[in-house]
Amino acid sequence: MGNYGAYVWTCFALALAVLVYSDWSARVRHKRVYRDIEVRIKALEERE
Amino acid sequence: MWTFFHRLASPPHIYRLAATFAPWLLFPGLVLVAYGTFVGLFVAPTDYQQGDAFRIIYVHVPAAYLSMMAYMIMAVGGGIGLIWRIKLAHTVGAAAAPLGAAFTLLALLTGSIWGRPMWGTWWEWGDPRLTSELILLFLYFGYMALRAAIDDTLKADKACAVLALVGVVNVVIVHYSVEWWSSLHQGQTLLRKGGPAMDPAMLYPLLAMILGFTLIFGALLLRRVRTEVLYRERRTRWVREMIMAGQGGK
Amino acid sequence: MSDNEAQQPAILAGLIAVIRRDLLLAWKRPGDVLNPLFFFAMVCTLFPLAVGPGATQLMFIGPGVLWVAALLATLLSLNSLFMSDYEDGSLEQLLVSPQPLPVLVLGKTIAHWLCSGVPLVLVSPLLAATYRMPTDVIGVMMLTLTLGTVCLSLLGSIGAALTVGLNRGTALLSLLILPLAMPVLLLGANTVSLAADNEMYSTGIWALGAYAVAALSLSPYATAAALRISNE
Repeated sequence: MGNYGAYVWTCFALALAVLVYSDWSARVRHKRVYRDIEVRIKALEERE
Repeated sequence: MWTFFHRLASPPHIYRLAATFAPWLLFPGLVLVAYGTFVGLFVAPTDYQQGDAFRIIYVHVPAAYLSMMAYMIMAVGGGIGLIWRIKLAHTVGAAAAPLGAAFTLLALLTGSIWGRPMWGTWWEWGDPRLTSELILLFLYFGYMALRAAIDDTLKADKACAVLALVGVVNVVIVHYSVEWWSSLHQGQTLLRKGGPAMDPAMLYPLLAMILGFTLIFGALLLRRVRTEVLYRERRTRWVREMIMAGQGGK
Repeated sequence: MSDNEAQQPAILAGLIAVIRRDLLLAWKRPGDVLNPLFFFAMVCTLFPLAVGPGATQLMFIGPGVLWVAALLATLLSLNSLFMSDYEDGSLEQLLVSPQPLPVLVLGKTIAHWLCSGVPLVLVSPLLAATYRMPTDVIGVMMLTLTLGTVCLSLLGSIGAALTVGLNRGTALLSLLILPLAMPVLLLGANTVSLAADNEMYSTGIWALGAYAVAALSLSPYATAAALRISNE
């Protein structure tokens, strides 16, 4: 990679990190939203 | 035919369709990115001017391209939502914002890292594209901050749509004004990233990376749209029934 | 035919009424005008304290510092563009009045410029002199500031309309306006620097003028739309 190895590999690693983080945060957010709604609905059901 | 579109625009359908289509975008995207990475890193010939540092182009250009495409999605989505009052358009715009910001940040970081061996500095204010990209990041932050500050969803949608549309005009203006500014100070060399006309051996992996990244972006966007729809529809009957039946998770 | 003639005076009358009202309010509350002006002067004072009083250095940074200070002072004054009207209900009145909202918004923006931009331009020579700016360059600077503050008032009104009534609107306002203000700053400050270096600077003036005209014709519509959205 000539002398530029560190630069090139860092960039690819950053790209990978961004993709992985986007995917992970999307999943986490979805789970959290789902769980919040589920909890609220179950609570409403119990009250009836 | 219109019933097809009407059904398509209904939230429960979107919720299901988004989950179905996402893998169809994700896997081809991953394949293309894998191919592009391998060929770009190991097979493509070394650039005569920039040495191996030019290989950064294989992540920098897709990131920059997506940062702008995401913004266009936000602006167009906002415009469609404002003019035709289609809620899905607003939802897509809201989902695209964090993704766009992430890719803008990636473009800035990779651009800066590329600049170090090329220009000898981590940042070059004279480069119109770097500076415009930074302003684009501020636009994203402003959009997300405005959305977070307004409680009412519909109001937030409309306000952000106006902001996004104003921002589109502004990005163009910023780019040209920075270009004028840097042309004044001739000392700085504006290196054309990628060098002269690209050798096909260098170009194909680049195209693969751009396409692959776009497909992955599409998959990520679909996922976020799905979550966004779920959140906005959280008090509706179809969501209640779906959750009681224990379906539609993940 | 007669309907049109009846409409014309009403629109113009509405515009003038809005300007007159805002000027009157500003007269009653001098703080709104003076505070940003003091802020402008203060920022200009801070830089020599921070970087040292060397003449060459001051002459070099002068245009930039003055322009950034003007930008920040305008940002400060934009906060109150719609705030007081929002708080006492007169904003609602503006929204339901028969005149087209963009016209009324333009009136408010003109009044704002008269109360913030014009004082800035008038005070700037004094501060520029402390930065050892030669007289002819000061002339260019005042011209760029005039055109620039017009742009900033117009563009800033969009941000002010989007954030009116929000809790922590001030910081958000600055964040929203910064990208819009950036080309103005770039063009303005660098045109003055070119003049200071005895180079041709007319491009910058034309560009600023064009930006001002574009802002004048387009931003009232954006601001009006944003106001309607914020006040639903």
